[in-house]
Amino acid sequence: MSTEQPAGALLSVENLSVQFPTHDGVVHAVDGISYTVDRAASIGIVGESGSGKTVAALTLLGLTVTQGAIVTGQILFDGRDLLTISKAELRHIRGNEIAMIFQDPLSSLHPQFRVGAQIVEAMRIHRSITRAAARTRAIELLELVGIPDPRRRVDQYPHEFSGGMRQRAMIAMSLSNEPKLLIADEPTTALDVTVQAQILALLERLRHELGMAMIMITHDLGVVAQIADRINVMYAGRIVESAEARPLFSSPQHPYTWGLLRSIPTLDGPRGVELLPIPGRPPSMIRRPTGCFFHPRCAYALPSHSTIDPPLSDVGLEGGGDHRAACLLDAAQRQAAWAALKGGGTPEQARVAAGIEQDVVPVAEAEIVG
Amino acid sequence: MSPGDTLVEVRDLVKHFPISKGIIIKHKVGSVRAVDGVSFEVKAGETLGIVGETGCGKSTTARLITRLLEVTSGEVLFEGRDITKLKGPDLKAIRREMQMIFQDPYSSLNPRKTVGAIIADPFVIHGLETGPGERKKRVQELMDRVGLNPEHYNRYPHEFSGGQRQRIGVARALALKPKLIIADEPVSALDVSIQAQILNLLRELQREFGLTMIFIAHDLAVVRHMCDRVAVMYLGKVVEMAPSDALYSQPRHRYTGALLSAVPVADPELATRERHLLGGDVPSPANPPSGCRFHPRCSHAGPICSTQEPALTEMGQGTVAACHFPIADDEVGDLLPVARGRERL
Amino acid sequence: MTGFIIRRLLWGVVLLIAVIAVTFMIFYLLPSVNPAILRAGRNGSPKIIAEISKDLGLNHPIYVQFWNYIKNIILHGNFGYSYYYNDPVGGLIANRLPATLSLTVGAAFLWIVVGVPVGIISAIKRRTLLDRAAMGTALVFVSAPVFWLGLIALYVFANDIGQFHVFPGAGSYVGLTVNPLKWFESLLLPWMVLSATSTAIYARLVRGSLLQVMGEDYIRTARAKGLSERRVILKHGMRSAITPLVTVLGLDIAGLLGGAILTEGVFDIPGIGRLNIDAIGHGDVTIVQGTVLVASIFIIVANILVDIAYAFLDPRVRYE
Repeated sequence: MSTEQPAGALLSVENLSVQFPTHDGVVHAVDGISYTVDRAASIGIVGESGSGKTVAALTLLGLTVTQGAIVTGQILFDGRDLLTISKAELRHIRGNEIAMIFQDPLSSLHPQFRVGAQIVEAMRIHRSITRAAARTRAIELLELVGIPDPRRRVDQYPHEFSGGMRQRAMIAMSLSNEPKLLIADEPTTALDVTVQAQILALLERLRHELGMAMIMITHDLGVVAQIADRINVMYAGRIVESAEARPLFSSPQHPYTWGLLRSIPTLDGPRGVELLPIPGRPPSMIRRPTGCFFHPRCAYALPSHSTIDPPLSDVGLEGGGDHRAACLLDAAQRQAAWAALKGGGTPEQARVAAGIEQDVVPVAEAEIVG
Repeated sequence: MSPGDTLVEVRDLVKHFPISKGIIIKHKVGSVRAVDGVSFEVKAGETLGIVGETGCGKSTTARLITRLLEVTSGEVLFEGRDITKLKGPDLKAIRREMQMIFQDPYSSLNPRKTVGAIIADPFVIHGLETGPGERKKRVQELMDRVGLNPEHYNRYPHEFSGGQRQRIGVARALALKPKLIIADEPVSALDVSIQAQILNLLRELQREFGLTMIFIAHDLAVVRHMCDRVAVMYLGKVVEMAPSDALYSQPRHRYTGALLSAVPVADPELATRERHLLGGDVPSPANPPSGCRFHPRCSHAGPICSTQEPALTEMGQGTVAACHFPIADDEVGDLLPVARGRERL
Repeated sequence: MTGFIIRRLLWGVVLLIAVIAVTFMIFYLLPSVNPAILRAGRNGSPKIIAEISKDLGLNHPIYVQFWNYIKNIILHGNFGYSYYYNDPVGGLIANRLPATLSLTVGAAFLWIVVGVPVGIISAIKRRTLLDRAAMGTALVFVSAPVFWLGLIALYVFANDIGQFHVFPGAGSYVGLTVNPLKWFESLLLPWMVLSATSTAIYARLVRGSLLQVMGEDYIRTARAKGLSERRVILKHGMRSAITPLVTVLGLDIAGLLGGAILTEGVFDIPGIGRLNIDAIGHGDVTIVQGTVLVASIFIIVANILVDIAYAFLDPRVRYE
């Protein structure tokens, strides 16, 4: 396979699949996803538990190998395929050109090493720098991320920091080698909303200052609306929709995305209106549905959707940039359905509006609840 | 008790957790003032939301109301009766009237008991439904009502998903037909698409059983959806209390404004990079700031704010807020992206 | 941290006094151990017994006896007098201490140096043949009684009675200062036997502890920083995995210092354990009282040291 990437592309993921053999069968955590991250761009990956978003991110850095993952596909980073380079080269990239921050900063920092020492270690792995110089740099980094009194804090232990400060410290550590790409896996989920706002603003500022690309993984559509230029929606190990932020929210093209948007309460919508949950629950990653993965929970599915598996393809909208969805409905049907939903209609009404045959009841509604 | 009467009232509720220090003999050097003078009432049939961030005392308040924790001082009145001093059978009787749903569906269910046993526990504890097969019948009715398959009566919690486990918790809370349900972050640990299912379920059940609910959450959008009135807590005190419509369109306390401003909105058009961010961290509840507890982080604090603690004052539209310099009508547009979006339309 | 240490030390003192009191009470209340009778020998007439009782102060009320007892121990290091050996107990124990110390320290060294790496390798190569073989062997050694192992070892390897004349047999112990080479040789077999069980235990302990730690989030962070797998395990993993080990190690060593009775018995090493067994055999209560007390003191001290070490290792513990 070629290691050519389009100009401007920093990371190109091609047909990445990650499987885990288990006693109960093979878990298809990630099933052939492809996407690109340009230099200094900000990508959001949205999904719920079981969508494969975290496994996909960990696999970029080769962190799923220890759990027995079987990985196929290509991960092109700056001209190198991360899946075929040597372990030593991959280690050279981790924490250096690609850095990662995780969800729970309390458990992600070693409780028995001082915060400053952990940041210093991150630097000394990748370059020859004296302990003293690294310590000075660590203090600078702590200040950069907005931790007050950094000279004192640098010698403290993680449990002496508050939740927000810990995440800032993790960010400081990840930036210590000026990475080209930062992967953030649910970095604000465990934090209070005002702290979350601070951390997101910090990430955005640093991203612009350092010209760094970022992949933000989250389940929170509000967070990606804020911070991502481009959004990939993942479901059951696949990308089901991929678009720039504005088109994704103004004209989403996949019933799962519709479901997500219509099931979250908002600060400004009319109160007292029933939320529209997506019926059923995410499928087993071992025995996945036939045909379109989403069809058992989809209010707009036709009988044929249980046999045909839609690829992620262009939705053919005018002026929407690169907008793709993995859906078997045609553009007109989708447009009509979303218009109905956006106006406050129920899925049944939307189905009628889209002209989809009426006698199809999703399997999920009948029995399974989440 | 008819709708409109006060079901629960708390007056000057205080809970201090002592901090002791000392090499040989420990003496009290201070306290964590988790709840520091909270008063509100909940009318029958309504849903009161309590929002706040870490350390505000909302969970502690919930536990004080249900007597899972003992008050340091203050009263909890249930149907007009102070329940803080009840013991023995009186306390047990009160427990039938108020139930709690907890946050973490993974740790709040006993993994060694079957689902049937968990939901039947309240009957067992209070000696109810003792006729042959009556308990099982009631439990299966409850399971069906919350959307679980009654045939799964003999399964164990680990065989269910997070959302289903939360439904088990709801069924257990409903078993005794309580008058009051306190839900402490019931959907925070669940996936987005499941949250909506559980929230809808709670609303249905509230309507059907005429329940009064206290709904505690940190997610402001969820609280807005579920609650008629909302109380905002900060460092152990209620800083604002208002009907939902008023709170979300015209917040008065600066902290409420900061909270609403911080919520990421699922609309890139409104997502602005210039929101008014709240700086700093929440101070320690062991050592709250003088005067208004919010003043060190407040962008509009004046000299009076550090010396005099503001009392909850009427601000119109049913809102009360404890602020010397509340948000004025025309400032809202600046503060809230949603309001700004509405103006644009 | 200093407050923590001071608190632990003070509690240690309280515990020490309590232990002395309990020891005293046990031996005071035990029937048929009237020291006067022992002293008087087989033909003690009541009159002689009465005289001896008066001599030994046995007629005083219990609290006076206790006060004398505790005063003797703390101020004079006087643990009593053995009528069998005609020596002060304190001196007897002090004489036997080097042997016990040699045995204990050597065994501990061996079981750490062997057990910990085996545990680490087992954890890394979890579920492979190597791991299963190591843990299987460990199970055998954990289950085997130490005296049985000792006897088998002698039967196979002792150069006097064994099949293969490899190591010196039982009774060949000499002090370190007397003949270092012979001292070392004579202890090899006892060291191996005594540490066998503990090596197995520590290997399993390290394996379990490390496996649990390796699943933690901060290990993932260490890898994400680009650390080599070796450093992830040895620096980040072992740092956390080692804390439960420290607790166990301190107590194990303390326990053995009180006398590894079975090993000393099988190999005829003149340690505190041997002293104890012999004293029990001929009913020498004061010696037993003394060894029990000394063993308890070792454990109290070990507990304090282990607590302090734990606080050093895990900064979260210090704040209480």
